[in-house]
Amino acid sequence: MGKPNDLVQGTLDLLILKTLSPEAMHGWAIAKRIQQVSGEVLQVQQGSLYPALHRLEQQGWIKAKWAESETGRQAKFYVLTAAGRGQLEKETANWNRLSAAIELIMTEA
Amino acid sequence: MRWLAQLRMRIQMLFQRGKAGARLDEELRFHLEQQIAENIAAGMSAEEARFAALRAFGNPALLREQARASWSWTWLELLWRDVCYGVRTLARTPGFTAIAILVMALGIGANVALFTIVRSVLLKPLPFQDPERLVRLYEQSADDSFPYNDSAAGVFAEWKRLSHGFIDLAICGYGGYNLSGSGEQLPEAVRAATFSWNFLPTLGVRPALGRNFTASDDQPSANPTVLLSWGLWKRRFGGNPSIVNQTILLNAKPYTVVGVMPAWFAFPQPTVQLWTPIYYKEPANEMKAIDSHDFRVIGRLKPGVTENQAVSELTLITRRLHDQNLDDPFVSKGANIRPLLDSLVGHMKTPLYVLLAATGCLLLIACLNVANLLVARAAARRKEQAIRTALGGSRLRLLRQHLMESLLLSAAGGAIGLLLAGAALQWLVSTRQDMARSESIAVDGVVVVFTVGLIVLCAAFAGLISSLSAKSDQVLSSLQESSRAHSAGHARARLRAVLLTLEVGLTVVLLISAGLLLKSYDKLRSVDLGCLTQNVLKMDFTLPEARYSQPAQRANFFDTLLARVRNLPGVQAAGLVHPVVPGDGYGGDSGFTIPEHPAPPQGKLLYAMHRWADRGYFAAIGIPILRGHTLDGTQQPGHASEVVISEAFARQNFPGEDPIGKHLRTLGQRPFEIVGVAGDTRYTAGEAIQPMMYFALDAVDDLTGATLVVRSGRDVTQFALPIQRIVAQLDRDLPVSNILTMDQVVGRNTLDASFDATLLVVFAGLSLLLAAVGLFGVLSYIVAQRTSEIGIRIALGAQREQVLRKVLLDGLRPALLGLAFGLVASVGAVRLIQSMLYGTQPLDPAVFAAVSATLLLVAALACIVPAWRASRLDPMQALRTE
Repeated sequence: MGKPNDLVQGTLDLLILKTLSPEAMHGWAIAKRIQQVSGEVLQVQQGSLYPALHRLEQQGWIKAKWAESETGRQAKFYVLTAAGRGQLEKETANWNRLSAAIELIMTEA
Repeated sequence: MRWLAQLRMRIQMLFQRGKAGARLDEELRFHLEQQIAENIAAGMSAEEARFAALRAFGNPALLREQARASWSWTWLELLWRDVCYGVRTLARTPGFTAIAILVMALGIGANVALFTIVRSVLLKPLPFQDPERLVRLYEQSADDSFPYNDSAAGVFAEWKRLSHGFIDLAICGYGGYNLSGSGEQLPEAVRAATFSWNFLPTLGVRPALGRNFTASDDQPSANPTVLLSWGLWKRRFGGNPSIVNQTILLNAKPYTVVGVMPAWFAFPQPTVQLWTPIYYKEPANEMKAIDSHDFRVIGRLKPGVTENQAVSELTLITRRLHDQNLDDPFVSKGANIRPLLDSLVGHMKTPLYVLLAATGCLLLIACLNVANLLVARAAARRKEQAIRTALGGSRLRLLRQHLMESLLLSAAGGAIGLLLAGAALQWLVSTRQDMARSESIAVDGVVVVFTVGLIVLCAAFAGLISSLSAKSDQVLSSLQESSRAHSAGHARARLRAVLLTLEVGLTVVLLISAGLLLKSYDKLRSVDLGCLTQNVLKMDFTLPEARYSQPAQRANFFDTLLARVRNLPGVQAAGLVHPVVPGDGYGGDSGFTIPEHPAPPQGKLLYAMHRWADRGYFAAIGIPILRGHTLDGTQQPGHASEVVISEAFARQNFPGEDPIGKHLRTLGQRPFEIVGVAGDTRYTAGEAIQPMMYFALDAVDDLTGATLVVRSGRDVTQFALPIQRIVAQLDRDLPVSNILTMDQVVGRNTLDASFDATLLVVFAGLSLLLAAVGLFGVLSYIVAQRTSEIGIRIALGAQREQVLRKVLLDGLRPALLGLAFGLVASVGAVRLIQSMLYGTQPLDPAVFAAVSATLLLVAALACIVPAWRASRLDPMQALRTE
């Protein structure tokens, strides 16, 4: 089996933003959620996840706060900023256009 | 609002990196714990769960690095870390660091100093208004032998009256005054210049205090006025601004100070201390003469007028003057123009650029040497590098660190070099005030930028060369090799040998140039001036016209002075001469005709250098009288009618006849009878002998100054004070100046040559030292690397002489190759300095041979210690070293 987790960089950003859109989450939970929702197809490696999270934070799309996790331990929770929400919409639209185009080619050609 | 969040983030990342780092660790640890918890929930044992989680997690250090890489300011952090690391590693080897920094400091310092001089003197525009429109005007003599001759005031007046290409033309002359002391101050002889009133406006300069001369100041009948230099005003008048409109005594005459020039103003030379109006100072007939080339003319070109247009216009005017005065062969036929800056510093171009090239070589050698040292270090740290590569250090990262080290070295060297350059320049400016524009030499922003550029360049050069050899991708071989390194350093040793060859080659070029200049200087110093130079003292004084207006008064002063000086016990002879002693400059010439000969063809110039002397001068300075006798001193003042000519004069003008009894008629004067022929003298060491004629002191109407020459059997300087006392007794307002032995006169006039030669010898010596250090270092390193190999050879029965010879050859090979390369390069390079050589061929075999011998000797000395050490290795110990 190949490496299904080798995500295009922009795509991982999109997935993170989307995953964070309903509620604040810590890194582990984000990785878990992506894995579960994708039906175990997409496995986000820590080596990609944390740099991506930090990059998004530096860019102001998400922000972090420390809070108690479900196990009672201090964890770093990420939450979407207003700007991040706008960015998510833009990237979603982008993604839809792109995947529709690919879909079209795959079925028609 | 997003930019606000980003800004906050950035500030946070800049100032709270430590905290952010701790949080990142915490975040990652949380992730790991979650994973472990999940694994346990899935039914693994605690230990199993932990290992599985760690496996999934990967390399935590790398992960941390990757996350950090997304932070802002990471480059700054990495840079800072590289600096810290670099400083730490350099501090661990203080000896190496000190040597490398010193080498860089010398190289960079020398370059910065020379660059500052070249920029300030040659490149920086003159500090005048629109300096590129300013030109110096020259006459071109009728026989074309002097294309850039000084101008006659009468010609200047015609140029000014008739030309249209200039906004204005102005004229300047030289002079000197006795500045009388007030109160307890001593009198002083000061160098001065004369300006026409429009000179400063033409330059676009105003006095710092007071006003410029007016047109009414600048005429013979005006009240005497003077402008002071800033330095003289500070030194002599305490910088008191009330000096303006006060009077000072110059040549015992009261002059009104109209102004003080700005501190930076040093025209035409830095040594000039005051200025007076030219039409007031010079006699009216001198200012009308069209054949007396004593003045410098400057002009400001009108916008749109080219130099060529101006030259053709001036030539036309001069040509017309010439054609109207065909009976006077000394009226010029043409004119020339040169930018004012060129006329002031043009003669310094070649020497300065040669010195700059030499410092460039020195810097290159310094860089090669530091690169060499770094290569050795890299070799010694190979294992460390390999381990770091194995642990995930990227090649780029290692290269960056390498460059950082050489940057630190060259930055420290550059900082020290800048200080050295500053000190050297200060010394130079204070000792070489005779150098044109020396007052403008200063370290400024451009020089600092140049220094920073040099630092970066040197760092890149030294760093890249040395890291070329660091093959960090061969991790495994390095790690294996370093356990028993025999052939380990071969590639590196070869690189170092190439660097050394280059170094030696450049050193040879520098040594040969320095040797040639030194030989040329030596030739210059040992030139026979035609007179005695040992135990002869000279001093100048000027008689103020106000108090010595009658020839009898002057004759009386001279006679009394000579009589008293000759009476001093120990003085063997004394005499007087005007204007200069041999070796002290041209001193001027006059045209003449010989009544006994047919008139020379039209346009043929008969002229010779002139001197005025008393009858004892020839004996005092040791110029032999070859035929006839010396000047007769018994004639009435003002009626002298004798002349003594030099041998060259006789040869040129009286070939095959006896000059004694013939006559010379100098232009506009009575005939003088030739009574003697004196030996030839040179007016400057290094210039050809010129015909010369000596008149009696009182033959000249307006003689105001003279040079006293005193000879003694032993240390002649002891008479300086007694003679000054005699002068003070005769006239307490009379300053004595330029008290020098003849040796000092020659030294002063060959100062440029000695200066260039000395500097080049210093640079060459430094590079020889650097090359020797390089050779020594390389060979020591090779020996250290091959200790066990040599040990095995000796243990297996190799003769110690064999080992010695082999190691010695290893070291001498780059030296020999470098020597060959250097000799070839020198053949080209010496053409550059050909114009600076006197009596020395650029391909002087003696210099080439001496340099080769010196270099081989030094190279052998540098190699012999490591080679000897290698041959004395104890095989047991050598084999145990690793």
